[in-house]
Amino acid sequence: MSSDQLLAFETDCHLFKDCGFPAPSVWSFLFDPIFSVGPVDFNKPMLLALIGTVVILAFFWAAFSKPKLVPGKFQMVAEILYDFVRNGIARETIGKKGEPFVPFLVSLFFFVWILNLWALIPLAQFPVNSVIAFPVGLALMVWIVYMTVTFKTNGFVGGIRNLCVPSGLPKPIYVILTPIEFVSNIFVRPFTLAVRLFANMFAGHILILIFTIATWYMLGTLLGTVYATASFALTLVLTVFEMFIQALQAYVFTVLTATYLSQALEEAH
Amino acid sequence: MMYLAAEEPQNPLLPVWPEVVIGLLCFAIIFFVFAKKLLPSINKVLDERHDKIVGGIEEAEAAQVEAQSVLEQYKAQLAEARHEAARLRSEAQEQGATLIAEMRAEGQRQREEIIAAGHAQIEADRKAAAQSLRQDVGQLATELASKIVGESLEEHARQSRTIDRFLDGLDDAATKAEATR
Repeated sequence: MSSDQLLAFETDCHLFKDCGFPAPSVWSFLFDPIFSVGPVDFNKPMLLALIGTVVILAFFWAAFSKPKLVPGKFQMVAEILYDFVRNGIARETIGKKGEPFVPFLVSLFFFVWILNLWALIPLAQFPVNSVIAFPVGLALMVWIVYMTVTFKTNGFVGGIRNLCVPSGLPKPIYVILTPIEFVSNIFVRPFTLAVRLFANMFAGHILILIFTIATWYMLGTLLGTVYATASFALTLVLTVFEMFIQALQAYVFTVLTATYLSQALEEAH
Repeated sequence: MMYLAAEEPQNPLLPVWPEVVIGLLCFAIIFFVFAKKLLPSINKVLDERHDKIVGGIEEAEAAQVEAQSVLEQYKAQLAEARHEAARLRSEAQEQGATLIAEMRAEGQRQREEIIAAGHAQIEADRKAAAQSLRQDVGQLATELASKIVGESLEEHARQSRTIDRFLDGLDDAATKAEATR
C-alpha cells in the first residue's frame, strides 16, 4: 500500500507552495478492493464490518458466556451496556411486550456503534456507516421486522389501520392524515432511518478529514505551523465530538427501531 | 487513490449490494449468537441475582421482625421481673411490718404477762405474808397475852374470833387506804 492509498490525499502539497488545498471528496469514501471474487469486490469497510463483528462477539463472549453471580469488572461493564439497551431502550420505549425484541435491539445497538467507532481506531479511522450500504441494509431489515410485527399482531386489515389510521382524531382529519401516515410509516421511516445514520457519519468523517488534511497541508512555514496547530486542536475537539455523535447515532437508530416496534405492537382501537 | 480520479466516482447515495449483504450477514451473526447463547446465559444469572437480592432482603426483613419480637419479649420479661421484684419488695415490707407488729404485740403480751405474773406473785406473797403474819401476830399476841394474863387463852374460840375481827379491821383499813391512793 503506497502512502497516498493509506492517506487518500496529496501528501506533498503544502500551504504557500502554489498548491491548492486537497479537500476531501467522495473519493475519501471509496476504497480499492482488497480482493475480488468475480464481480464482487471485498473492500476496507467490509473488512471493518467483519472485524467489528468479531470484536463485539469476543467482548460479550468473554463477559457473558460463563457469567458469575458476583460479576467481575469486565462482566460488570458488559452488564451495564446490556442493561442500558434492555432497560434504557427496550423496556422504556416498548414496555413489557418489548422483551422478545431485546436481543434484536441489543445486536442492533452494538453493531451500529462498533461500525461508527471504527472512525476513531488508528489505521481503520473510517466510520463504516458512512458507506450507505450498511445503514441501508440495517434500515431495510428493521423495516421488514417492523412490517412483519405490524401484520402479525394486528392481521392484515388491522395492520393497515395501524399503519395509516391513527386513532382518536376527528373524522375529517383522516382525509389528510391517512395518506400522510401511509407514506410516512411505509416509505419515509426506513429512508430517514438509513439516511440519518449515513449522513451523520459521512459529515462527521468529512469534518475530521478537512481539519486533519488542513493540519498537514498548512505545515512547513512558521505562520503555516501556527495555523496547523489551530487546525490540529480543532481536529481533537471534533474527534471528541464524533465520539459522542457515534454513540448518539447508534442510540437514535435503536430507539427509533424500538419506537416503530412499539407502534406495531399497539392493540387496534 | 487519486489515480481513480480519471473514472467517474460512484454516487455515495447508492448502496453497493455486496456491502449490504456483508453488513446484514455480520448483523445476523451477532444477532444469532446474542439471541441463542449470550443473552439467555446472562439473563439467567441476572434473574438469579435478582432473586438472591430479593431473597436477601426478605430474609433481612424476617430477621428484623424476629429481632423485634425478641426485643418485645425481652422487654415484657423485664417489665414482669420488675413488677415481680416490686411485688416481692412490697410483700416483704408488709411481712416485715406484720412481723414487727406481731413481735411488738407478743412483746407487749409477754410484758403484760410478766407484769401480771409479778403482780400475782406479789399478791400471793403479800397474802402469804399477811396470813403468816396474822398467825404469827395472833400467836405472838396470844402468847404475849397469856404471859401477861398468865392463863392460856388458846382453848377459847371466842378469843380467836376476837383476834380475827381485830385483824379484819386492820385489813379493811389497809384496803381503804389502797383505794384512796
